[in-house]
Amino acid sequence: MRYHPLSEADRNAMLATIGVSSIEALYADAPRATLLETPLDLPSGKSELDVERFFARLAARNMPASRAPFFVGAGAYKHHIPASVDHLIQRSEFLTSYTPYQPEISQGTLQYLFEFQTQVALLTGMEVANASMYDGSTATAEAVLMAHRVTKRRKALLSGGLHPHYAEVVRTISRLAEDEVETMAPDIGAAEDLVARIDDTLSCVVVQTPDFFGNLRDLTKIAEACHRNGALLIAVFTEAVSLGLLKSPGAMGADIVVGEGQSIGNSLNFGGPYVGLFATRHEFLRQMPGRLAGESVDADGRRSYVLTLSTREQHIRRDKATSNICTNSGLCALAFTIHLTLLGEAGLTRLARINHANAVLLAQMLKDVPKAEVLNETFFNEFTLRVEGDAAALVEKMAARGVLAGVPVSRLLPRAGLDDLLLVATTEVNTQEDRDAFVAALKESL
Amino acid sequence: MLDRPAVVEPLDDDKTPATFTGNRGLDQEEPLIFEIGRLDATGVDIDDPAPIATRLGALERNAPIGLPGLTEPETMRHYVRLSRKNYSIDAGLYPLGSCTMKHNPRSNEKIARFEGFADLHPLQPQSTAQGALELMQILADWLMTLTNMQAVAMSPKAGAHGELCGMMAIKSAIAARGESATRNVVLIPQSAHGTNPATAALLGFSVRVVPAAADGTVRAEAVKEALAPDVAAIMLTNPNTCGLFEREIVDIADAMHEAGGYFYCDGANFNAIAGVARPGDFGIDAMHINLHKTFSTPHGGGGPGAGPVVLSERLAPFAPVPFIRRNGDALELVEAAEGTQSFGRLTAFHGQMGMFVRALAYMLAHGADGVAQASKDAVLSANYVRASLRDVMTQPFGDRICMHEVLFDDAWLRGTGVTTLDFAKAMIDEGYHPMTIYFPLVVHGAMLIEPTESESKASLDLFIATLRDLARSAKAGEVARFGPAPRLAPRRRVDEALAARKPVLRWTPAAA
Repeated sequence: MRYHPLSEADRNAMLATIGVSSIEALYADAPRATLLETPLDLPSGKSELDVERFFARLAARNMPASRAPFFVGAGAYKHHIPASVDHLIQRSEFLTSYTPYQPEISQGTLQYLFEFQTQVALLTGMEVANASMYDGSTATAEAVLMAHRVTKRRKALLSGGLHPHYAEVVRTISRLAEDEVETMAPDIGAAEDLVARIDDTLSCVVVQTPDFFGNLRDLTKIAEACHRNGALLIAVFTEAVSLGLLKSPGAMGADIVVGEGQSIGNSLNFGGPYVGLFATRHEFLRQMPGRLAGESVDADGRRSYVLTLSTREQHIRRDKATSNICTNSGLCALAFTIHLTLLGEAGLTRLARINHANAVLLAQMLKDVPKAEVLNETFFNEFTLRVEGDAAALVEKMAARGVLAGVPVSRLLPRAGLDDLLLVATTEVNTQEDRDAFVAALKESL
Repeated sequence: MLDRPAVVEPLDDDKTPATFTGNRGLDQEEPLIFEIGRLDATGVDIDDPAPIATRLGALERNAPIGLPGLTEPETMRHYVRLSRKNYSIDAGLYPLGSCTMKHNPRSNEKIARFEGFADLHPLQPQSTAQGALELMQILADWLMTLTNMQAVAMSPKAGAHGELCGMMAIKSAIAARGESATRNVVLIPQSAHGTNPATAALLGFSVRVVPAAADGTVRAEAVKEALAPDVAAIMLTNPNTCGLFEREIVDIADAMHEAGGYFYCDGANFNAIAGVARPGDFGIDAMHINLHKTFSTPHGGGGPGAGPVVLSERLAPFAPVPFIRRNGDALELVEAAEGTQSFGRLTAFHGQMGMFVRALAYMLAHGADGVAQASKDAVLSANYVRASLRDVMTQPFGDRICMHEVLFDDAWLRGTGVTTLDFAKAMIDEGYHPMTIYFPLVVHGAMLIEPTESESKASLDLFIATLRDLARSAKAGEVARFGPAPRLAPRRRVDEALAARKPVLRWTPAAA
C-alpha cells in the first residue's frame, strides 16, 4: 500500500517493543463478537492510475459548466478563477495544516484569516467578520440563532425573496430548536411589505439582496423598522461579486450580514465545499459564532495573530457555547481572500460591471423572444424569465441542445405554482456567442 | 530506539537576534495586504464592460470599499511568504490527538479538480450530473458497508454539523413517538468533545453527565444509573477521547434501547477501527464520519471538512434532504422533504462534493484491506509511542493498551517547574507540532498523541527520542529549555490574554 510506510519487519519490531504478539491483540478491549473475521464485501486497493481511470469514467458522465454555454446560478456562480489561486491553496503549508491552535507555527493561516476578516468587513460594510462558516445557508441559520441570543426573542421573519434552501435550513433548525419562524410567500417582484410585518416580538428579519429572483432590494426602510422594534436586520447575499457594484448591506443599516463567498475564488464543486461569510457590528462581537483571528504580540513584542475570544466556543463553553461549530472553511476562505487580493477594489469593480453588463445584454436580446419575458426591473447578474410552459422541461430541452440555461424555480419551490419561471444567470465567462446560443436554443425549445 | 541526540545547550541569549529587515534568513516578515496593496492595483486583467444602461435602480455603490489589490507577482510572494510560517503534515509529524493528521494523497487533489466534478453546478439538470450522483451513491455504499448501518445522510458539512444531523434525527424520531415533552435529556460523558454538549443544548436538550470509571471508560452500570424515562439519547465517542475502546459499548447500547433511548456515536475516532469492526454491530443508531480525519481529506488550516452521518433502520426515515434514490436506470436526488418523514434540510445544495471525491479516492486506493491496515497501523504506532515513553511519562489510567492515540497526563512533570504547555512549546523548537494538550478535560495537563499510520518507524523513533530527551531535560531542571520556548519558530509565545482583552479583529487605517 503506497500510503503506508511501515514494513512487516517494522511492525514486528514495534510489536516486540509493545510486548504483544500481534496487532489483533491491541484490539483486546473490543467485544470479540464485534471484530470482523472475514474481509468486508468491498473492492481491494487500486493503483493511482486505476483510481484516476475510475473517476475519469464517472466525470465523463457529467456536463461541466465550461463545456456549454452556461447560465446556471441560484446561489452558486461560475466565475473565472486565476491559476495562481489554486496553486497557492495547494501549498503544503496551507493544505495540510490544522486549525491554528499553536500560533507560533501557524502565523500564515492566522494572518490570512485576519486579512480575510478585514476584507469581508469592508465588503459588507460592517465592523467585524469571523474567520468563515460552512456556507451561506448555514451562516444564515447561525445569524438567526445569534439574533435570538442578542434580542432574547425567538421569532424570525424570512423574506419571500430569500433563497428557498436558506429558508429551509433556517426553518429546520428553528423547528428542532423550538424557535418560531414566519416565512413570507415567494416574492417574485420584490413587492412584499416587510415593514408592515415587523413588530416587537421579532428577533430578526432576514432579507436577501440581490434576492433569489434577482431583484435588488433597498434595505434602508426595513432596517429602520427593525430598529424601531428592537429587532435585528439580517442581510443575505448569495453572489459576493455583486458587492463590488452595489451599496453594501452595512450602509443600508443591516445588523448582521451573511452570505455565500463561493463566487470569489471557489469552484462550483456540485454544491460544496463553499465558504460562508459572516459580519456584524462590534457591539455583538461576543455573541458571534465561529472562529476569530485577532492581533496580539509575541514575547519579543512582534506583531502576531492568534485565535481569540474562544470562550464563546464549544471546546471551552460546551453546552453554553454560542454555536456547536468547530471547523470553519479555512481553505475556501483562503481561496476567497487570495482571489480578492488579486482583484483589489479596481478589479472587483470591473468584474462586477462586466457581470452586470452581460446580464443586461442578454435581457435586451430576450425582448425579441416571443413566449419569454424578463420580469425584473432591477437585477445584478441574474434575473427571472417567465416562459410559456414548464421551465423545468424547457431546461432539459435546452440541455439536449447543449445549453445549460438556468434553474427552474420549481426545482427549489415545487408546488408553488411557479412552474413557468426560470432563473438565468450570466457572468464574465459568458461571451456573445453564448448569449446567441442561449437565445437560439430558447426559441427552438419554447 | 535511537540513541539520545546530543544534549541541547540552552541559548545564552533569550532574545531573538535582531536584523535590519526583521527577517531571519528564510523566515521572512510579511506585512498585511492593507499595508502593501493599492486601491488601483490589480492582478486580474478584465475586458472593458460593454456600454449599457444599468438596471441597478438607485442601489449602485457610491463610496469606495477600501479593498487593496496586488499584482500577480506580489500576490504570489505575499502568500508564499505567509505559507512558510505554518507547520504542516507534509513537513513533519503532526501528532495532534483527536485530529488525525495523516498523509493527504495528491492524487485525490488532482481528481477532485477534474472538470466533471469541480466545474459542476449543484442545480444543473440531474440528467447532466449522473456521474456525480453515482459517485455519491458509491461513497454512501462504502460508508454503510464499513459501518454496517442502513442509511447515510451525506449533506452535513463537518463533524459538528453531522452531530447536529444525528441529534435532529433522534429528536424527530422521539417526536414521531409522541414523546417530545418527556424525553429531553442527553447523557454525555465528561471526556466528550465540546461539540457534543453544544449540539445537544442547541436542540433544547439538557445534558446529564455520565461519570467514567477509574479506567477511563464508561460502565454500562453508570449509564443504567443515569437512565430515566426523560432520557432521549446518549452521545458517546468510541474509541473515546482518552484513546480507549469503550469495552461495554454493546451493553450500553442495549441499556439505551431497553430504556427507549437512542445511541449517538461520535465517530471522530472511527479511524482506529475502520475495516476492523463495524459500529452497527455495537448497536448504535447514528454516527458521523469525519471524512477529513478517517478518509484523509486535507484539513486545510481548519476546514472544509465533511461529516456524513450513518443511521440505523429506526432513524433512517428521518434523514435530511437531499437523498439519492434509484429511478429506473437513472439516479434521482430527492430535494423536497414534503411527503416524507425527513426532518428537513441542513444546508443549501447536496453536501461537500469536493470532499466526497477525495474520500472515495482514498477508499478505492486502499480497498477494504488497506482501510483495515491503516486502522491497525495507526493503533500500532500509538501503542509503540506509549510503550516507548511509558517509563518517562505517566498515563492517567495506568499502562494499558490504547487505540489510535495515547494519552499522558502531567503527573510526571510535577515539581519540575515545567507545565504541559511549556513541554508542548519546547517540542516546537525541536521541529514538531505539539500534541493536543489540555484535552480531554478530565485529565490533568493532558497530552494526547496521535501519530497516525502515515509515519515510518524511523520517523516515530526520532519523535520518541526527542520526547525522551525533553522529558529528561524537564526532570533535570533545565527549565531554560521550556519557559522561554519556542525560540526558534517564526514567533515566540503569543499573548493570548491581550488578544482577548483588547480584541483587534481587523486592520484599520492608522489614525491620521
